Amino acid sequence: MALRLWASSAANALKLSGTAGACGASAAAPAFALSISRFFSTVHDGLKYTQSHEWVKTADGVATVGITDHAQDHLGEVVFVELPEPGTTVSAGASFGNVESVKATSDVNSPISGEVVEVNSKLSETPGLINTSPYEDGWMIKVKPSSPGEADVLLDAAKYTKHCEEEDAH
Amino acid sequence: MRGLLACASTLARRATAPARVRHLAGAAEAAEAELKKTALYDFHVAHGGKMVPFAGWSMPIQYRDSIMDSTVNCRANGGLFDVAHMCGLSLRGRDAIPFLESLVIADVAALRDGTGTLTVFTNDKGGAIDDSVVTKVTDHHIYLVVNAGCRDKDLAHIEEHMEAFNKKGGDVKWHIHDERSLLALQGPLAAPTLQLLTKEDLSKMYFSDFKLIDINGYSCFLTRTGYTGEDGFEISVPSENAVDLAKAILEKSEGKVRLTGLGARDSLRLEAGLCLYGNDMEQHITPVEAGLSWAIGKRRKSEGGFLGADVILKQLQEGPKIRRVGMITQGPPARSHSELVSSSGESIGEVTSGGFSPCLKKNIAMGYVKSGMHKAGTEFKVVVRGKSYDAVVTKMPFVPTKYYRPS
Repeated sequence: MALRLWASSAANALKLSGTAGACGASAAAPAFALSISRFFSTVHDGLKYTQSHEWVKTADGVATVGITDHAQDHLGEVVFVELPEPGTTVSAGASFGNVESVKATSDVNSPISGEVVEVNSKLSETPGLINTSPYEDGWMIKVKPSSPGEADVLLDAAKYTKHCEEEDAH
Repeated sequence: MRGLLACASTLARRATAPARVRHLAGAAEAAEAELKKTALYDFHVAHGGKMVPFAGWSMPIQYRDSIMDSTVNCRANGGLFDVAHMCGLSLRGRDAIPFLESLVIADVAALRDGTGTLTVFTNDKGGAIDDSVVTKVTDHHIYLVVNAGCRDKDLAHIEEHMEAFNKKGGDVKWHIHDERSLLALQGPLAAPTLQLLTKEDLSKMYFSDFKLIDINGYSCFLTRTGYTGEDGFEISVPSENAVDLAKAILEKSEGKVRLTGLGARDSLRLEAGLCLYGNDMEQHITPVEAGLSWAIGKRRKSEGGFLGADVILKQLQEGPKIRRVGMITQGPPARSHSELVSSSGESIGEVTSGGFSPCLKKNIAMGYVKSGMHKAGTEFKVVVRGKSYDAVVTKMPFVPTKYYRPS
Protein backbone atom coordinates (compact mmCIF):
# COMPACT_ATOMS: atom_id res chain seq x y z
CA MET A 1 0.00 0.00 0.00
CA ALA A 2 2.62 2.44 1.03
CA LEU A 3 4.79 1.99 -2.00
CA ARG A 4 1.87 2.15 -4.30
CA LEU A 5 1.04 5.50 -2.84
CA TRP A 6 4.61 6.59 -3.16
CA ALA A 7 4.34 6.02 -6.86
CA SER A 8 1.16 7.97 -6.82
CA SER A 9 2.86 10.82 -5.02
CA ALA A 10 5.71 10.82 -7.47
CA ALA A 11 3.16 10.75 -10.22
CA ASN A 12 1.41 13.68 -8.64
CA ALA A 13 4.65 15.58 -8.32
CA LEU A 14 4.83 15.30 -12.06
CA LYS A 15 1.12 15.84 -12.44
CA LEU A 16 1.16 12.44 -13.98
CA SER A 17 -2.47 12.06 -13.20
CA GLY A 18 -3.33 15.43 -14.61
CA THR A 19 -5.54 16.49 -11.73
CA ALA A 20 -5.24 20.22 -12.20
CA GLY A 21 -6.24 20.45 -15.80
CA ALA A 22 -8.99 18.97 -17.85
CA CYS A 23 -6.41 16.64 -19.29
CA GLY A 24 -6.40 13.00 -18.45
CA ALA A 25 -8.26 13.36 -15.17
CA SER A 26 -10.08 10.13 -15.76
CA ALA A 27 -6.78 8.33 -16.09
CA ALA A 28 -5.58 9.20 -12.61
CA ALA A 29 -4.75 6.19 -10.51
CA PRO A 30 -1.96 4.97 -8.28
CA ALA A 31 0.44 2.46 -9.75
CA PHE A 32 0.38 -1.22 -9.05
CA ALA A 33 3.11 -2.32 -11.38
CA LEU A 34 6.16 -1.17 -9.47
CA SER A 35 9.03 -3.46 -10.20
CA ILE A 36 11.43 -1.85 -7.80
CA SER A 37 12.46 -4.59 -5.43
CA ARG A 38 15.59 -5.04 -7.46
CA PHE A 39 17.93 -5.60 -4.58
CA PHE A 40 17.51 -6.33 -0.97
CA SER A 41 17.83 -3.32 1.28
CA THR A 42 19.76 -3.49 4.51
CA VAL A 43 17.89 -3.94 7.77
CA HIS A 44 19.74 -3.75 11.07
CA ASP A 45 19.06 -6.02 14.00
CA GLY A 46 18.52 -4.25 17.28
CA LEU A 47 16.52 -1.40 15.76
CA LYS A 48 12.75 -1.05 15.79
CA TYR A 49 10.84 -0.17 12.65
CA THR A 50 7.54 1.38 11.64
CA GLN A 51 5.33 0.27 8.79
CA SER A 52 5.90 3.72 7.34
CA HIS A 53 9.66 3.01 7.04
CA GLU A 54 11.23 4.87 9.95
CA TRP A 55 13.64 3.27 12.43
CA VAL A 56 14.32 4.01 16.09
CA LYS A 57 17.20 2.97 18.29
CA THR A 58 16.98 3.52 22.03
CA ALA A 59 20.10 3.79 24.19
CA ASP A 60 20.72 5.47 27.53
CA GLY A 61 17.22 6.93 27.63
CA VAL A 62 17.53 8.65 24.24
CA ALA A 63 15.85 7.42 21.06
CA THR A 64 17.52 8.12 17.72
CA VAL A 65 15.20 8.23 14.68
CA GLY A 66 15.82 8.01 10.95
CA ILE A 67 14.43 6.50 7.75
CA THR A 68 15.29 3.01 6.57
CA ASP A 69 17.56 1.91 3.76
CA HIS A 70 14.48 0.59 1.99
CA ALA A 71 12.87 4.04 2.21
CA GLN A 72 15.90 5.95 0.94
CA ASP A 73 16.28 3.47 -1.91
CA HIS A 74 12.73 4.05 -3.06
CA LEU A 75 12.89 7.81 -2.67
CA GLY A 76 16.10 8.29 -4.62
CA GLU A 77 18.59 11.07 -3.93
CA VAL A 78 17.45 13.14 -0.98
CA VAL A 79 17.96 16.83 -1.79
CA PHE A 80 16.47 18.53 1.26
CA VAL A 81 15.57 17.54 4.80
CA GLU A 82 13.21 19.55 6.98
CA LEU A 83 13.65 18.90 10.70
CA PRO A 84 11.95 20.27 13.81
CA GLU A 85 13.65 22.56 16.33
CA PRO A 86 15.10 20.97 19.46
CA GLY A 87 12.49 21.24 22.21
CA THR A 88 9.63 20.37 19.88
CA THR A 89 7.23 17.68 21.04
CA VAL A 90 6.69 14.77 18.65
CA SER A 91 3.97 12.13 18.76
CA ALA A 92 4.11 8.51 17.72
CA GLY A 93 2.71 8.13 14.22
CA ALA A 94 2.65 11.86 13.52
CA SER A 95 4.83 13.71 11.04
CA PHE A 96 7.85 15.55 12.45
CA GLY A 97 9.60 16.50 9.22
CA ASN A 98 9.98 16.01 5.51
CA VAL A 99 12.45 14.56 3.10
CA GLU A 100 12.51 15.85 -0.45
CA SER A 101 13.82 13.88 -3.40
CA VAL A 102 14.10 15.23 -6.93
CA LYS A 103 10.46 14.57 -7.64
CA ALA A 104 8.65 13.86 -4.39
CA THR A 105 8.00 15.26 -0.94
CA SER A 106 7.47 12.75 1.85
CA ASP A 107 6.44 13.19 5.45
CA VAL A 108 8.53 11.44 8.08
CA ASN A 109 6.60 10.12 11.08
CA SER A 110 8.00 9.73 14.56
CA PRO A 111 7.98 6.12 15.78
CA ILE A 112 7.64 7.34 19.37
CA SER A 113 6.36 10.28 21.43
CA GLY A 114 8.58 12.65 23.33
CA GLU A 115 10.69 15.79 23.18
CA VAL A 116 13.27 16.42 20.48
CA VAL A 117 16.63 16.90 22.23
CA GLU A 118 18.87 17.07 19.19
CA VAL A 119 18.58 17.19 15.40
CA ASN A 120 21.18 16.13 12.85
CA SER A 121 22.35 19.51 11.64
CA LYS A 122 24.68 17.86 9.10
CA LEU A 123 21.62 17.04 7.01
CA SER A 124 21.01 20.68 6.15
CA GLU A 125 24.34 20.80 4.30
CA THR A 126 24.52 17.16 3.25
CA PRO A 127 21.02 15.70 2.88
CA GLY A 128 22.54 12.84 0.87
CA LEU A 129 23.77 11.29 4.15
CA ILE A 130 20.30 9.78 4.31
CA ASN A 131 21.11 7.84 1.15
CA THR A 132 24.69 6.91 1.94
CA SER A 133 24.26 6.10 5.63
CA PRO A 134 20.59 5.82 6.57
CA TYR A 135 21.22 4.08 9.91
CA GLU A 136 24.34 5.98 11.02
CA ASP A 137 25.34 9.41 9.71
CA GLY A 138 21.90 9.99 8.22
CA TRP A 139 19.99 9.89 11.51
CA MET A 140 17.41 12.67 11.78
CA ILE A 141 16.35 13.43 15.36
CA LYS A 142 17.06 12.33 18.93
CA VAL A 143 14.05 12.14 21.21
CA LYS A 144 13.64 11.87 24.98
CA PRO A 145 10.74 9.38 25.06
CA SER A 146 7.67 10.33 27.09
CA SER A 147 6.10 6.84 26.87
CA PRO A 148 9.04 4.44 26.93
CA GLY A 149 6.87 1.39 26.22
CA GLU A 150 5.85 2.69 22.79
CA ALA A 151 8.84 1.26 20.95
CA ASP A 152 7.99 -2.26 22.13
CA VAL A 153 5.02 -2.52 19.78
CA LEU A 154 7.08 -1.55 16.70
CA LEU A 155 8.37 -4.08 14.18
CA ASP A 156 11.62 -5.93 14.76
CA ALA A 157 14.07 -6.48 11.92
CA ALA A 158 12.51 -9.74 10.77
CA LYS A 159 8.97 -8.40 10.76
CA TYR A 160 10.03 -5.21 9.01
CA THR A 161 11.83 -7.18 6.31
CA LYS A 162 8.68 -9.20 5.73
CA HIS A 163 6.65 -6.00 5.61
CA CYS A 164 8.92 -4.59 2.89
CA GLU A 165 8.73 -7.79 0.88
CA GLU A 166 4.96 -7.75 1.06
CA GLU A 167 4.82 -4.14 -0.07
CA ASP A 168 7.17 -4.75 -2.97
CA ALA A 169 5.12 -7.73 -4.03
CA HIS A 170 2.16 -5.48 -4.71
CA MET B 1 -1.31 6.73 6.12
CA ARG B 2 0.75 9.86 6.33
CA GLY B 3 3.88 7.78 6.58
CA LEU B 4 7.12 8.25 4.81
CA LEU B 5 6.34 6.45 1.62
CA ALA B 6 2.65 6.22 2.30
CA CYS B 7 1.71 9.81 2.39
CA ALA B 8 0.08 10.36 -0.97
CA SER B 9 2.54 13.14 -0.25
CA THR B 10 1.97 16.76 0.54
CA LEU B 11 2.02 17.27 -3.18
CA ALA B 12 -0.83 14.98 -3.82
CA ARG B 13 -2.82 16.55 -1.05
CA ARG B 14 -2.23 20.00 -2.36
CA ALA B 15 -2.87 19.14 -5.94
CA THR B 16 -5.93 17.08 -5.30
CA ALA B 17 -9.07 17.34 -3.27
CA PRO B 18 -9.04 14.83 -0.38
CA ALA B 19 -12.15 13.12 -1.65
CA ARG B 20 -10.39 12.58 -4.92
CA VAL B 21 -7.38 10.92 -3.28
CA ARG B 22 -9.65 8.44 -1.55
CA HIS B 23 -11.54 7.85 -4.73
CA LEU B 24 -8.34 7.20 -6.65
CA ALA B 25 -7.09 4.63 -4.18
CA GLY B 26 -10.38 2.78 -4.49
CA ALA B 27 -10.50 2.95 -8.25
CA ALA B 28 -6.88 1.92 -8.69
CA GLU B 29 -7.40 -1.70 -9.53
CA ALA B 30 -9.95 -1.02 -12.22
CA ALA B 31 -7.92 1.83 -13.67
CA GLU B 32 -4.77 -0.27 -13.76
CA ALA B 33 -6.41 -2.77 -16.06
CA GLU B 34 -7.51 0.01 -18.38
CA LEU B 35 -4.11 1.61 -18.77
CA LYS B 36 -2.85 1.62 -22.32
CA LYS B 37 0.56 0.19 -23.14
CA THR B 38 2.96 1.44 -25.77
CA ALA B 39 4.75 -0.92 -28.14
CA LEU B 40 7.75 -0.64 -25.79
CA TYR B 41 5.95 -1.67 -22.59
CA ASP B 42 7.61 -5.09 -22.23
CA PHE B 43 10.95 -3.56 -23.22
CA HIS B 44 10.61 -1.01 -20.39
CA VAL B 45 9.77 -3.65 -17.82
CA ALA B 46 12.68 -5.82 -18.99
CA HIS B 47 14.99 -2.83 -18.53
CA GLY B 48 13.84 -2.12 -14.99
CA GLY B 49 11.31 0.56 -15.84
CA LYS B 50 9.16 1.63 -12.89
CA MET B 51 5.80 1.86 -14.58
CA VAL B 52 3.29 4.47 -13.41
CA PRO B 53 -0.02 5.68 -14.80
CA PHE B 54 0.32 8.77 -16.94
CA ALA B 55 -2.58 10.22 -18.90
CA GLY B 56 -4.18 6.82 -19.26
CA TRP B 57 -0.94 5.05 -20.19
CA SER B 58 1.41 2.88 -18.19
CA MET B 59 4.73 4.67 -18.64
CA PRO B 60 8.20 4.40 -17.09
CA ILE B 61 8.85 7.16 -14.58
CA GLN B 62 12.45 5.96 -14.34
CA TYR B 63 14.59 2.89 -14.99
CA ARG B 64 17.43 1.56 -12.82
CA ASP B 65 19.28 4.88 -13.03
CA SER B 66 18.06 7.50 -10.59
CA ILE B 67 16.17 10.51 -11.91
CA MET B 68 19.20 12.60 -10.96
CA ASP B 69 21.65 10.42 -12.92
CA SER B 70 19.28 10.09 -15.90
CA THR B 71 18.85 13.85 -16.16
CA VAL B 72 22.56 14.55 -16.00
CA ASN B 73 23.35 11.75 -18.46
CA CYS B 74 20.92 13.11 -21.02
CA ARG B 75 22.82 16.40 -21.11
CA ALA B 76 26.26 14.77 -20.91
CA ASN B 77 25.60 11.91 -23.35
CA GLY B 78 22.05 11.21 -24.35
CA GLY B 79 18.66 9.89 -23.38
CA LEU B 80 16.15 7.76 -25.23
CA PHE B 81 12.51 8.35 -24.30
CA ASP B 82 9.37 6.47 -25.20
CA VAL B 83 6.90 9.22 -25.97
CA ALA B 84 4.51 7.00 -27.88
CA HIS B 85 1.72 8.03 -25.54
CA MET B 86 1.68 11.35 -27.36
CA CYS B 87 -0.63 11.60 -30.33
CA GLY B 88 0.76 12.08 -33.84
CA LEU B 89 -1.67 13.39 -36.39
CA SER B 90 -1.61 14.33 -40.07
CA LEU B 91 -3.93 16.89 -41.61
CA ARG B 92 -4.15 16.60 -45.35
CA GLY B 93 -6.00 18.44 -48.08
CA ARG B 94 -6.03 21.59 -50.11
CA ASP B 95 -7.05 23.67 -47.09
CA ALA B 96 -5.04 21.94 -44.37
CA ILE B 97 -3.11 25.12 -43.60
CA PRO B 98 -5.99 27.62 -43.41
CA PHE B 99 -7.91 25.09 -41.34
CA LEU B 100 -5.11 24.61 -38.82
CA GLU B 101 -4.50 28.34 -38.69
CA SER B 102 -8.08 28.83 -37.53
CA LEU B 103 -7.19 26.85 -34.40
CA VAL B 104 -3.58 27.78 -33.57
CA ILE B 105 -1.50 30.92 -33.13
CA ALA B 106 1.31 29.99 -35.53
CA ASP B 107 1.89 31.37 -38.99
CA VAL B 108 1.81 27.90 -40.52
CA ALA B 109 1.64 29.21 -44.08
CA ALA B 110 4.96 30.99 -43.65
CA LEU B 111 6.80 27.83 -42.60
CA ARG B 112 9.11 26.43 -45.23
CA ASP B 113 8.18 22.92 -46.36
CA GLY B 114 9.71 20.43 -43.96
CA THR B 115 9.96 22.78 -41.00
CA GLY B 116 7.90 23.15 -37.87
CA THR B 117 7.26 25.23 -34.79
CA LEU B 118 5.84 25.05 -31.30
CA THR B 119 2.31 26.35 -31.21
CA VAL B 120 -0.77 26.58 -29.03
CA PHE B 121 -4.36 25.53 -29.70
CA THR B 122 -6.55 28.24 -28.23
CA ASN B 123 -10.16 28.40 -27.08
CA ASP B 124 -12.56 31.26 -27.74
CA LYS B 125 -11.39 33.01 -24.55
CA GLY B 126 -7.78 32.93 -25.72
CA GLY B 127 -6.86 30.20 -23.22
CA ALA B 128 -4.67 27.26 -24.15
CA ILE B 129 -6.35 23.97 -25.06
CA ASP B 130 -2.96 22.36 -25.63
CA ASP B 131 0.52 23.05 -26.88
CA SER B 132 1.76 21.18 -29.91
CA VAL B 133 4.64 20.95 -32.34
CA VAL B 134 3.32 21.40 -35.88
CA THR B 135 5.26 20.69 -39.06
CA LYS B 136 4.42 21.84 -42.54
CA VAL B 137 5.39 18.80 -44.58
CA THR B 138 3.94 20.35 -47.75
CA ASP B 139 1.26 22.94 -48.48
CA HIS B 140 -1.27 20.11 -48.29
CA HIS B 141 0.11 18.06 -45.42
CA ILE B 142 0.60 19.10 -41.80
CA TYR B 143 2.08 16.73 -39.23
CA LEU B 144 1.55 17.54 -35.58
CA VAL B 145 2.00 15.95 -32.19
CA VAL B 146 -0.30 16.72 -29.25
CA ASN B 147 -0.09 15.78 -25.58
CA ALA B 148 -1.29 12.38 -24.45
CA GLY B 149 -3.38 13.85 -21.67
CA CYS B 150 -5.11 16.18 -24.10
CA ARG B 151 -5.66 13.67 -26.89
CA ASP B 152 -9.39 13.12 -26.49
CA LYS B 153 -10.11 16.78 -25.92
CA ASP B 154 -7.89 17.91 -28.79
CA LEU B 155 -9.25 15.39 -31.26
CA ALA B 156 -12.85 16.28 -30.37
CA HIS B 157 -12.01 19.97 -30.80
CA ILE B 158 -10.26 19.46 -34.13
CA GLU B 159 -12.98 17.13 -35.42
CA GLU B 160 -15.78 19.50 -34.53
CA HIS B 161 -14.11 22.40 -36.30
CA MET B 162 -13.05 20.23 -39.23
CA GLU B 163 -16.64 19.14 -39.87
CA ALA B 164 -17.86 22.72 -39.83
CA PHE B 165 -14.95 23.80 -42.02
CA ASN B 166 -15.60 21.09 -44.61
CA LYS B 167 -19.35 21.84 -44.62
CA LYS B 168 -18.48 25.31 -45.79
CA GLY B 169 -16.57 23.82 -48.70
CA GLY B 170 -13.17 23.34 -47.09
CA ASP B 171 -10.96 20.40 -47.99
CA VAL B 172 -9.18 18.83 -45.04
CA LYS B 173 -9.12 15.34 -43.56
CA TRP B 174 -7.05 13.76 -40.85
CA HIS B 175 -5.18 10.60 -40.08
CA ILE B 176 -4.29 9.68 -36.50
CA HIS B 177 -0.98 7.87 -36.52
CA ASP B 178 -1.91 5.10 -34.10
CA GLU B 179 0.06 2.69 -36.29
CA ARG B 180 3.24 4.53 -35.32
CA SER B 181 5.26 4.98 -32.13
CA LEU B 182 7.16 8.08 -31.13
CA LEU B 183 10.65 7.93 -29.64
CA ALA B 184 12.66 10.95 -28.52
CA LEU B 185 16.44 10.77 -28.77
CA GLN B 186 17.99 13.73 -26.98
CA GLY B 187 21.42 14.97 -25.99
CA PRO B 188 24.85 15.53 -27.56
CA LEU B 189 25.12 11.91 -28.76
CA ALA B 190 21.69 11.96 -30.41
CA ALA B 191 22.91 13.05 -33.85
CA PRO B 192 26.13 10.99 -33.96
CA THR B 193 24.22 7.90 -32.83
CA LEU B 194 21.34 8.34 -35.23
CA GLN B 195 23.76 9.07 -38.09
CA LEU B 196 25.03 5.50 -37.75
CA LEU B 197 21.52 4.27 -38.56
CA THR B 198 20.68 6.38 -41.61
CA LYS B 199 22.24 7.45 -44.92
CA GLU B 200 20.58 10.85 -44.73
CA ASP B 201 23.09 13.60 -43.85
CA LEU B 202 21.83 14.80 -40.47
CA SER B 203 24.31 17.69 -40.39
CA LYS B 204 22.07 19.41 -42.96
CA MET B 205 19.00 18.97 -40.83
CA TYR B 206 18.50 21.77 -38.31
CA PHE B 207 16.29 22.42 -35.30
CA SER B 208 12.59 22.08 -36.25
CA ASP B 209 13.38 20.43 -39.60
CA PHE B 210 11.32 17.43 -40.63
CA LYS B 211 12.05 14.59 -43.05
CA LEU B 212 10.54 11.31 -44.14
CA ILE B 213 13.56 9.05 -44.02
CA ASP B 214 14.76 5.52 -43.65
CA ILE B 215 16.29 4.73 -40.27
CA ASN B 216 17.72 1.25 -39.76
CA GLY B 217 15.49 0.13 -42.61
CA TYR B 218 12.30 1.56 -41.16
CA SER B 219 10.24 4.29 -42.78
CA CYS B 220 10.30 7.13 -40.23
CA PHE B 221 9.11 10.69 -39.72
CA LEU B 222 12.11 12.46 -38.28
CA THR B 223 11.84 15.87 -36.60
CA ARG B 224 14.87 17.61 -35.13
CA THR B 225 13.12 18.67 -31.96
CA GLY B 226 12.42 17.50 -28.44
CA TYR B 227 11.50 18.83 -25.06
CA THR B 228 14.72 18.74 -23.08
CA GLY B 229 16.58 21.83 -24.31
CA GLU B 230 19.18 19.55 -25.89
CA ASP B 231 19.79 18.89 -29.54
CA GLY B 232 17.90 15.79 -30.58
CA PHE B 233 15.16 14.15 -32.55
CA GLU B 234 11.67 12.82 -32.31
CA ILE B 235 11.32 9.70 -34.41
CA SER B 236 7.95 8.42 -35.49
CA VAL B 237 8.50 4.78 -36.38
CA PRO B 238 6.06 2.02 -37.41
CA SER B 239 5.05 0.41 -34.12
CA GLU B 240 6.19 -3.05 -35.20
CA ASN B 241 9.74 -1.63 -35.52
CA ALA B 242 9.77 0.46 -32.37
CA VAL B 243 11.51 -2.02 -30.08
CA ASP B 244 14.14 -2.85 -32.70
CA LEU B 245 14.85 0.83 -33.28
CA ALA B 246 15.21 1.45 -29.53
CA LYS B 247 17.62 -1.49 -29.28
CA ALA B 248 19.63 -0.28 -32.28
CA ILE B 249 19.97 3.23 -30.85
CA LEU B 250 21.12 1.98 -27.45
CA GLU B 251 23.55 -0.44 -29.06
CA LYS B 252 25.04 2.09 -31.49
CA SER B 253 25.67 4.52 -28.64
CA GLU B 254 27.69 1.81 -26.87
CA GLY B 255 25.59 2.21 -23.77
CA LYS B 256 26.07 5.95 -23.42
CA VAL B 257 22.55 6.83 -24.52
CA ARG B 258 20.40 5.51 -21.67
CA LEU B 259 16.73 4.74 -21.46
CA THR B 260 15.28 7.77 -19.69
CA GLY B 261 11.88 8.00 -18.03
CA LEU B 262 9.25 10.63 -17.47
CA GLY B 263 10.85 11.74 -14.19
CA ALA B 264 14.04 12.90 -15.87
CA ARG B 265 12.04 14.22 -18.81
CA ASP B 266 10.19 16.50 -16.41
CA SER B 267 13.45 17.72 -14.83
CA LEU B 268 14.94 18.33 -18.26
CA ARG B 269 12.01 20.33 -19.59
CA LEU B 270 11.85 22.36 -16.39
CA GLU B 271 15.58 23.15 -16.62
CA ALA B 272 14.94 24.16 -20.25
CA GLY B 273 12.12 26.48 -19.14
CA LEU B 274 9.50 24.61 -21.16
CA CYS B 275 5.85 24.45 -20.13
CA LEU B 276 4.15 21.24 -19.10
CA TYR B 277 0.54 21.45 -20.19
CA GLY B 278 -1.75 20.92 -17.20
CA ASN B 279 0.82 22.50 -14.88
CA ASP B 280 2.24 25.60 -16.50
CA MET B 281 -0.42 26.12 -19.10
CA GLU B 282 -4.12 25.55 -18.78
CA GLN B 283 -7.49 26.41 -20.28
CA HIS B 284 -7.56 29.80 -18.59
CA ILE B 285 -3.97 30.79 -19.39
CA THR B 286 -3.29 32.63 -22.64
CA PRO B 287 -0.12 32.18 -24.71
CA VAL B 288 0.76 35.78 -23.88
CA GLU B 289 0.60 35.14 -20.15
CA ALA B 290 2.58 31.93 -20.66
CA GLY B 291 5.41 33.86 -22.31
CA LEU B 292 4.73 32.36 -25.71
CA SER B 293 3.97 35.59 -27.58
CA TRP B 294 6.97 34.79 -29.77
CA ALA B 295 5.01 31.82 -31.11
CA ILE B 296 2.24 34.06 -32.44
CA GLY B 297 3.17 34.65 -36.06
CA LYS B 298 3.66 38.26 -37.14
CA ARG B 299 0.89 37.96 -39.68
CA ARG B 300 -1.35 36.37 -37.06
CA LYS B 301 -0.70 39.29 -34.73
CA SER B 302 -2.10 41.69 -37.30
CA GLU B 303 -4.80 39.50 -38.83
CA GLY B 304 -5.95 37.33 -35.93
CA GLY B 305 -8.27 34.69 -37.31
CA PHE B 306 -7.75 32.08 -34.57
CA LEU B 307 -9.98 31.29 -31.60
CA GLY B 308 -9.74 33.92 -28.88
CA ALA B 309 -7.69 36.23 -31.08
CA ASP B 310 -9.55 39.28 -29.75
CA VAL B 311 -8.45 38.52 -26.18
CA ILE B 312 -4.91 37.61 -27.16
CA LEU B 313 -4.33 40.60 -29.45
CA LYS B 314 -5.67 42.93 -26.77
CA GLN B 315 -3.26 41.40 -24.25
CA LEU B 316 -0.41 41.90 -26.68
CA GLN B 317 -1.34 45.59 -26.88
CA GLU B 318 -1.97 46.22 -23.20
CA GLY B 319 0.25 43.63 -21.60
CA PRO B 320 -1.03 40.66 -19.61
CA LYS B 321 -2.01 40.95 -15.94
CA ILE B 322 -0.01 37.88 -14.99
CA ARG B 323 3.13 36.39 -16.46
CA ARG B 324 4.99 33.12 -16.32
CA VAL B 325 8.42 33.46 -14.76
CA GLY B 326 11.30 31.25 -13.75
CA MET B 327 12.57 31.31 -10.19
CA ILE B 328 15.42 30.02 -8.12
CA THR B 329 14.22 29.28 -4.59
CA GLN B 330 15.85 28.56 -1.24
CA GLY B 331 14.78 25.95 1.30
CA PRO B 332 12.91 22.86 0.21
CA PRO B 333 12.03 22.56 -3.49
CA ALA B 334 8.89 24.62 -4.15
CA ARG B 335 6.42 22.30 -5.84
CA SER B 336 3.37 23.27 -7.87
CA HIS B 337 0.72 25.27 -6.00
CA SER B 338 3.26 26.78 -3.58
CA GLU B 339 2.12 30.34 -2.92
CA LEU B 340 4.26 33.31 -3.88
CA VAL B 341 4.09 36.40 -1.65
CA SER B 342 5.71 39.81 -1.77
CA SER B 343 7.96 41.02 1.07
CA SER B 344 4.91 42.79 2.51
CA GLY B 345 3.03 39.50 2.60
CA GLU B 346 0.69 40.16 -0.33
CA SER B 347 -0.13 37.12 -2.46
CA ILE B 348 1.33 37.65 -5.94
CA GLY B 349 0.93 34.27 -7.56
CA GLU B 350 1.83 30.62 -7.37
CA VAL B 351 4.32 28.04 -8.51
CA THR B 352 3.13 25.77 -11.33
CA SER B 353 6.18 23.49 -11.62
CA GLY B 354 9.16 23.17 -9.37
CA GLY B 355 11.81 20.84 -8.16
CA PHE B 356 15.46 20.27 -7.56
CA SER B 357 17.53 20.78 -10.68
CA PRO B 358 19.81 17.77 -11.14
CA CYS B 359 22.14 19.78 -13.39
CA LEU B 360 22.28 23.02 -11.41
CA LYS B 361 22.02 21.37 -7.98
CA LYS B 362 19.58 23.99 -6.78
CA ASN B 363 15.84 24.49 -6.61
CA ILE B 364 14.21 25.82 -9.73
CA ALA B 365 10.58 26.59 -10.36
CA MET B 366 8.24 28.30 -12.74
CA GLY B 367 4.98 29.96 -11.94
CA TYR B 368 2.75 32.94 -12.52
CA VAL B 369 3.15 36.34 -10.87
CA LYS B 370 1.45 39.67 -11.24
CA SER B 371 2.93 41.80 -14.00
CA GLY B 372 5.51 44.10 -12.51
CA MET B 373 6.92 41.30 -10.37
CA HIS B 374 8.16 39.42 -13.41
CA LYS B 375 11.50 41.03 -14.18
CA ALA B 376 14.69 39.02 -13.67
CA GLY B 377 16.18 39.79 -10.27
CA THR B 378 12.82 40.56 -8.60
CA GLU B 379 12.82 39.07 -5.12
CA PHE B 380 9.85 37.68 -3.23
CA LYS B 381 8.99 34.72 -1.03
CA VAL B 382 7.69 31.25 -1.70
CA VAL B 383 5.65 29.50 0.99
CA VAL B 384 6.38 25.82 1.55
CA ARG B 385 4.51 24.04 4.36
CA GLY B 386 3.76 27.32 6.07
CA LYS B 387 7.29 28.71 6.00
CA SER B 388 8.55 31.46 3.73
CA TYR B 389 11.74 31.10 1.72
CA ASP B 390 13.55 33.47 -0.63
CA ALA B 391 12.75 33.31 -4.34
CA VAL B 392 14.30 35.36 -7.12
CA VAL B 393 13.03 35.70 -10.67
CA THR B 394 15.53 34.10 -13.03
CA LYS B 395 15.66 34.14 -16.81
CA MET B 396 14.74 30.90 -18.50
CA PRO B 397 16.04 28.56 -19.73
CA PHE B 398 17.77 27.76 -16.45
CA VAL B 399 20.20 25.54 -18.36
CA PRO B 400 21.33 26.89 -21.77
CA THR B 401 19.59 25.20 -24.68
CA LYS B 402 21.68 23.47 -27.34
CA TYR B 403 19.37 23.36 -30.34
CA TYR B 404 21.19 22.63 -33.59
CA ARG B 405 20.86 25.71 -35.75
CA PRO B 406 22.68 26.87 -38.89
CA SER B 407 25.85 28.69 -37.84
